[in-house]
Amino acid sequence: MSPEQFVDNLISGVAQGSVYALVGLGFTIIYTVTRIINFAQGEFVMLGGVFSFLLFSSVGLPLPLALLLAVLAATVVGAVLYLLAIRPARQASVISLIIITIGASTFIRGVVGQIWGKDYMPPLPHFSGDNQWLWIIGITLVVMVALHLFFSRTMMGKALKACSINRQAASLVGIDARSMAFTSFALAAALGAIGGAVITPLTAPHFRMGLTLGLKGFVAAAVGDFRSQVGTVVGGVILGIAEAMVVVLDWGPFASAYKDVIAMLVLLLVLFFRSSRGAAQEAAS
Amino acid sequence: MKHWLSLLLVAVLVAAVVPVVGCSESETIKIGALFDVTGPNSPLGTPEKQVVEMMETQINHAGGINGVPIEVIVYDTEGKEDSCVSLATRLIEQDGVVAIIGPSSTGESLAVIDTVDKAQIPMVSCAADERITIPVGDSIWVFKTPQTTYMAVQEIYSYIQDQGITKIAIMTDTKGFGAGGKKDLEDEASNYGLTIVSNQSYDNEETTNWDPFISKIENSGAEAVVCWGTNPGPALIAKALDGTGIPFFGSHGIANTKFIEVAGDAAEGVIFPVGKMLVADQLPDSDPQKAVLLQLKSDYEALYGEGTCNTFAGHAYDALKMVQMAVEEVAPDKETLTEELKDRKAFAAKIRTEIENIEGFAGTGGVFNMSPDDHCGLSKGCMVVVKIVNGEWVWLQD
Amino acid sequence: MLSRVRGKWSYLAIAALLLFLIIIPFKWFLGQYTVILIFIGIHTMVTVGLCLLMGYTGQISLGQAAFYGLGAYFSAVLTKTHGFNPWLAMLVAALATGGFAYAIGFPIFRLRGNYLALATLGLGIIMAVLFRELDQFTGGPTGITGIPYLSIGGFTFDSPFRRYFLVWFFCLAVLLVSQNIVRSRTGRALRAVHGSESAAESVGINVAQFKVKVFVLSAVYASLAGSLYAHHITYVNPSPFGFLFSVMVVVMAVVGGLASVWGAIFGAATVRILSDEILLRFGEWDVIVYGLILVLVMVFMPRGLFVALKEAYERWRLTHRQRGAEA
Repeated sequence: MSPEQFVDNLISGVAQGSVYALVGLGFTIIYTVTRIINFAQGEFVMLGGVFSFLLFSSVGLPLPLALLLAVLAATVVGAVLYLLAIRPARQASVISLIIITIGASTFIRGVVGQIWGKDYMPPLPHFSGDNQWLWIIGITLVVMVALHLFFSRTMMGKALKACSINRQAASLVGIDARSMAFTSFALAAALGAIGGAVITPLTAPHFRMGLTLGLKGFVAAAVGDFRSQVGTVVGGVILGIAEAMVVVLDWGPFASAYKDVIAMLVLLLVLFFRSSRGAAQEAAS
Repeated sequence: MKHWLSLLLVAVLVAAVVPVVGCSESETIKIGALFDVTGPNSPLGTPEKQVVEMMETQINHAGGINGVPIEVIVYDTEGKEDSCVSLATRLIEQDGVVAIIGPSSTGESLAVIDTVDKAQIPMVSCAADERITIPVGDSIWVFKTPQTTYMAVQEIYSYIQDQGITKIAIMTDTKGFGAGGKKDLEDEASNYGLTIVSNQSYDNEETTNWDPFISKIENSGAEAVVCWGTNPGPALIAKALDGTGIPFFGSHGIANTKFIEVAGDAAEGVIFPVGKMLVADQLPDSDPQKAVLLQLKSDYEALYGEGTCNTFAGHAYDALKMVQMAVEEVAPDKETLTEELKDRKAFAAKIRTEIENIEGFAGTGGVFNMSPDDHCGLSKGCMVVVKIVNGEWVWLQD
Repeated sequence: MLSRVRGKWSYLAIAALLLFLIIIPFKWFLGQYTVILIFIGIHTMVTVGLCLLMGYTGQISLGQAAFYGLGAYFSAVLTKTHGFNPWLAMLVAALATGGFAYAIGFPIFRLRGNYLALATLGLGIIMAVLFRELDQFTGGPTGITGIPYLSIGGFTFDSPFRRYFLVWFFCLAVLLVSQNIVRSRTGRALRAVHGSESAAESVGINVAQFKVKVFVLSAVYASLAGSLYAHHITYVNPSPFGFLFSVMVVVMAVVGGLASVWGAIFGAATVRILSDEILLRFGEWDVIVYGLILVLVMVFMPRGLFVALKEAYERWRLTHRQRGAEA
């Protein structure tokens, strides 16, 4: 394999990983604010992809507008999901809320399949030329900078952060935990939908596409223990690179079919390494 | 908010618990159907379900079979083996069907074999793997309609060989259909003077990054890619290959307009083996399948839209047609039929025997000649090689 | 967390349940539901393990499908390929799966943090790929056909009617063993300290070790269930042992209620009856209605069906008594 090809594949891995990271960040944000692992996160990704396609191809909007509206629409779905299903279940434990998100995800997936069909849709055109991977990396970087500014500069972002560090203390200083939960669902939906929208030129949008992308995002978030945004991004990118490299290197028995096994093993190793180092530090201090 | 939700809960529960009205106990021939309508194989299961519903209406419109209406009971298996088994039992025990059509996938078909075998109800599967009917001794009650992978591999390999190609790369889906293809592609290559220089498999539902696969193929020196899978994988691979100059050969898994839609410009020039459905209008009038194919196509597309009819609908069509023919054979008039319906078990057994006796039936998948040793009934020549030109399928006659 | 059912009430309830379970598969009663009930029994076994695990560790496991699949594949391969006695194969499967769970549970529970979800998810994904790819052992994506039935002496469990009793015998045994663990010294102590691990450790309980034990037990239950599945369908392939099964088991555990091991039956029964009976009349809308029902049940019965039913019963008894007193 020539060095150029190697670099190209590395870039594709990083870009694929950025999508996982975007999806994973949605998990992390909802988890830190509400302690819910949101199993409907993948459906936001699917909505981002499917809506982008529908708005562009069926409605005929210009591509940038279609993408923007798709992300907005998915954000609204995220907000509505919170208002209709999570908020009414006030006395429910976290585990019951998790099951609600599983039910909601089945519901959303079913509705999309029923209305817009269960077959695959054609990919969108690339945003420009033949460098969709660079677009994905660029957009992800912009989103991350925006997120950073949001959490460090805006009142709402700071309130969210406070809520995720200590909910009781946050409510003592007058932060409404429920409106923070609402915001976290909307924000997570937006992030997932962005992930879905940017990957749509490279895949065929489909009512079940959220299942696998959601799972990958879950893995990324789990690497960050659902708390660390940096950990989530690192987890996602490692996963993306690992998947690409397994195919590229093709070590004998570890043929391409074992891609997922290798990627999971790499992640588990990272995890054990990190947490045992954490334990060692704990013991030392 | 909670008020509104509780109303909803009550409504859903009422809808779920109130028994279905109009559950007629009048005399009908009940035929069961198990399709994956909402699961991973829903793009296959949906046309299968639609075609049997269409045929049910058509048959009953024409006065049923010998004056007795048929009732096709379709259940959604969601692609789950365990659901499939309990739904099959339900069809047999509660609904009292005399035959079962489906399931859509190989896994589900193999999972229900024990159930239909014990209950002694004939089943005509719509899944491709040859293990479903080979050896017949595993269950004499099981038949299938799709062409086996082996036939498709032979067709495409002999075409590739004719082009003077010797080095190929294969890309196969890790799921059942692709895995069956992988085995046959590997086994048959040397018989056609082909060397497999790159052998990769991919996960159809989750792969979005195809670049590393393409790099490997480019470096292997392959002169062509043979890809075995169903949508969307092959379409995305064809797209990713576009610009490398390596020709793409597919399988009968991409025999639908969806492939052309998803692959876009990259679909141009793609060549694959398939049953005759896609090129029905190009067949010579002497072809026994031509009339059947054109009829099904026009009926189906009048109902579900232009370009929707595909080979999967065809598999379910063939299956139901065989059951219909068997019933007509067992009971040539209304009196016999009414008499037969009184003893369902014996009726089912006779239907099985008649399906096994089917000879020279020109269906959509080919001309079927069933026998006690062959419960698929198709032979070489039921598939053709087609090429996509300007978004249309063109038959490449040898 | 895990509550105890009171003495007399519980014996009566168990006797009633037993009688009900025994007469169900007869043709004159609910015979047509035998096959669904076999699956409910099999899934209950997996769910009970998960109830214990989630109850005592407070963490989600997303990999029960891996243990379920290991049980099924061990049984299939040992009996079909190597000609083992099915009972011996079942035992070997349970031991191997348990040992495997011990090997991975040991490091997981020594770490602090929510690593069970990721570790089990990873395990589930890896096993799903191995079931599919190790085709010289597992038959690849199309799996292994013609697995023999279980039999005792000359009596073969070759019909759903017979297998029903076999499966529910195992299922009830698993439930009783679990009930004993809940009532054991360690189980009670852990409940008493209300999940506070440092408090439990201060009274001399090795929390990590107990968690590993529960984890191993849940794996063994799932393995037994998998073996029963293999000998019931007589066929195994990779797809029933994937991520979606693991999620379904979590749903069953929570819908039934984590408050009691008996909730597992309710959870498994609800999910199975919904998808194989009630939702059929919704045709293609089945998954939509399923999602809706799941959301509504959790909004209105957040602690699961078992607790909701018990509370409803107690409310009814209370009003009944009051009326009796008034009259």
